[in-house]
Amino acid sequence: MAADESTKKSGKRGKGSEDVTGLKTTNTGIKVKLFYDSADVPGFKYDTSLGNPGNYPYTRGIYPSMYRGRLWTMRQYAGFSTSENTNSRFKFLLDQGQTGLSLALDLPTQLGLDSDDPLAKDDVGKLGVAIDSLKDMEEMFEGIPLDKISTSFTINSTASIILAMYVVTAEKQGGNPRELRGTIQNDIIKEYIARGTYIFPPGPSIRLIGDTIEYCIKDVPNFNSVSVSGTHICECGATPVQGVAYPFLTAIAYIQEVLRRGYGIDEIAPLLSFHLIAGGVQFNFFQDIAKLRAARRLWAKILKEKFSSQSGKSMQLKFSTGGMGGGMTEQQPLNNITRISFYALAAALAGSQSMNLPCFDEAYAIPTDEAIRTSLRIQQIMAYEIGIPDVVDPLGGSYYIEALTDFFEKEIASEMERIEGMGGILRCVEDGTIQKQLSNQAYEVQKKFETGELTKVGVNRFRIDEEDRELEVFEVDPKTLSRQITRLGQVKAERDHARVTNALNILKRAAIEKRNLMPSILDAVRAYATVGEMVNTLKEVYGEAQHLSVF
Amino acid sequence: MPEKRVIRVLIAKPGLDGHDKGAKIVAKSLKDAGMEVIYTGIRQTADAIVRTAIQESVDAIGLSILSGTHLSICEELMDKMEKEKLQDTLVLVGGIIPKKDVSRLKKMGIAEVFRPGSTLSEISQFIQGHVSR
Repeated sequence: MAADESTKKSGKRGKGSEDVTGLKTTNTGIKVKLFYDSADVPGFKYDTSLGNPGNYPYTRGIYPSMYRGRLWTMRQYAGFSTSENTNSRFKFLLDQGQTGLSLALDLPTQLGLDSDDPLAKDDVGKLGVAIDSLKDMEEMFEGIPLDKISTSFTINSTASIILAMYVVTAEKQGGNPRELRGTIQNDIIKEYIARGTYIFPPGPSIRLIGDTIEYCIKDVPNFNSVSVSGTHICECGATPVQGVAYPFLTAIAYIQEVLRRGYGIDEIAPLLSFHLIAGGVQFNFFQDIAKLRAARRLWAKILKEKFSSQSGKSMQLKFSTGGMGGGMTEQQPLNNITRISFYALAAALAGSQSMNLPCFDEAYAIPTDEAIRTSLRIQQIMAYEIGIPDVVDPLGGSYYIEALTDFFEKEIASEMERIEGMGGILRCVEDGTIQKQLSNQAYEVQKKFETGELTKVGVNRFRIDEEDRELEVFEVDPKTLSRQITRLGQVKAERDHARVTNALNILKRAAIEKRNLMPSILDAVRAYATVGEMVNTLKEVYGEAQHLSVF
Repeated sequence: MPEKRVIRVLIAKPGLDGHDKGAKIVAKSLKDAGMEVIYTGIRQTADAIVRTAIQESVDAIGLSILSGTHLSICEELMDKMEKEKLQDTLVLVGGIIPKKDVSRLKKMGIAEVFRPGSTLSEISQFIQGHVSR
């Protein structure tokens, strides 16, 4: 942020010759002044800079009554091994007062491999639940009425298939798909950048995302068909500014895919939501709050000015905050509860719509019940005990927060321009430019932790000898693989083979003819075709994405 | 005086997990420490890793495993290493590895395990100290 003469001349000094009153470089590399005053927010006008909550440009929040009207959704990430285990975990979480479910799927499901695929053997049921066919989805939500809850799926390449399974499960429960609420992550661009669960090359992958958005517009209108993520790329080395700029560019790429199909901006944009970071490796309390306020204002302006949106629902940036496991430490793990509390407070002060917080044991295990409950309790303490939801945007009008908000809005916009100037987000991802930039940045940050230039409490400062403490580590049931393979065998034995083959042929034809794949995926799901069978069918048409080994 | 040969290291990302920030950071730091580093990219099978190790005649292999699959992956890899008579190649594992699994990994022949909180200099010093040149 800009230097100001008035703070330079006061000249108070700390230890040695360091000027403690001048510009200070924060942990994110952003320079800040000792204090802020009205001169730091020269263009500030209440109506155009902030507006009341629920009014353009939505800096203060997207809804008029914000948390008084509806608290943020409290979700903790859950799901492991088989659908029965996950079913009981879900019932436990709903009993504990959780209001939405967040489902982790195992890597084979995320990559379109059935549990009996040789490549899947080490990973079945490991980082999430294994889903091979509709049968698994039906059992997972047994006794949980899908039209009464909201479910968030961490699924990308196979999102269209998982969404189809969820819809069919709801239909079989007697529910109406139009009432379904939830989110599929369905953001492939950040998979190429950061998370790695891509299957097909970018072209057909983005088309498939267009198919799901189009399907949701028509048939599942209350479902967020894409959750564009800045979180994963931040965990992978993106700066806080890039952590908003890249998801915005990504969202615009998806919007353009659907605009091409003849839909209007105000049909598409309301179905998009974002997953942004408040916390993590490069967390700075005030900056993270300001960054998210800036994101809200910038998104509203982009939608209004560049896409001529007429609808508030399109301009309102809906985001959840979560992930941030990268900020957790294995050393002195109870310190993580403190970190999580600050992340959560930043998210609430920034007006997040939903939180899935990391857990204090996340650096060394799939979170235990106790750790998940503790992260949920942090949210409940904020919501019900200490008055956080009572007043909207309580930091609004602070000179520092508003100056930071202006700063982030400009920086995010200029990073977006920079990438567009280099050929756009897709081009920069395909040729590895962004991946290389992120790994360079991640390496620089890591070096700063190693030299002590950046502090991580309990890791590079304030260490204790911890060798004797045994940690509770969640273990996956070793029988998961065989149980899942047996169940898959049963499904395959019991289903109508001709119907499956026919459904897969129709799917293939739709892919070749570049038609929307959702109707044929839904039919294949109803026939109990497996995730692997559907993905292999599409691989025959699309081929597979190449792995980059740049570093 | 004979010139020291440059140490060659293969950084490998076995299994289905695609989070390779750690693998890339280690690769960069070993390169900065003067080693020649090859990175496999994500989703590598044990077969592919052994094949690359032979082709590139590396002195050390560093596996990055975050997904809890370290025991089965390492067992398979070390079996294949033995069959290919690569016992002299140093194998290191880094990632989210519980303390209690460290001795089991070492019994399989893993030279060292770098758990969360390990430093980049610990890793490069270990390789420099254990590769015979």
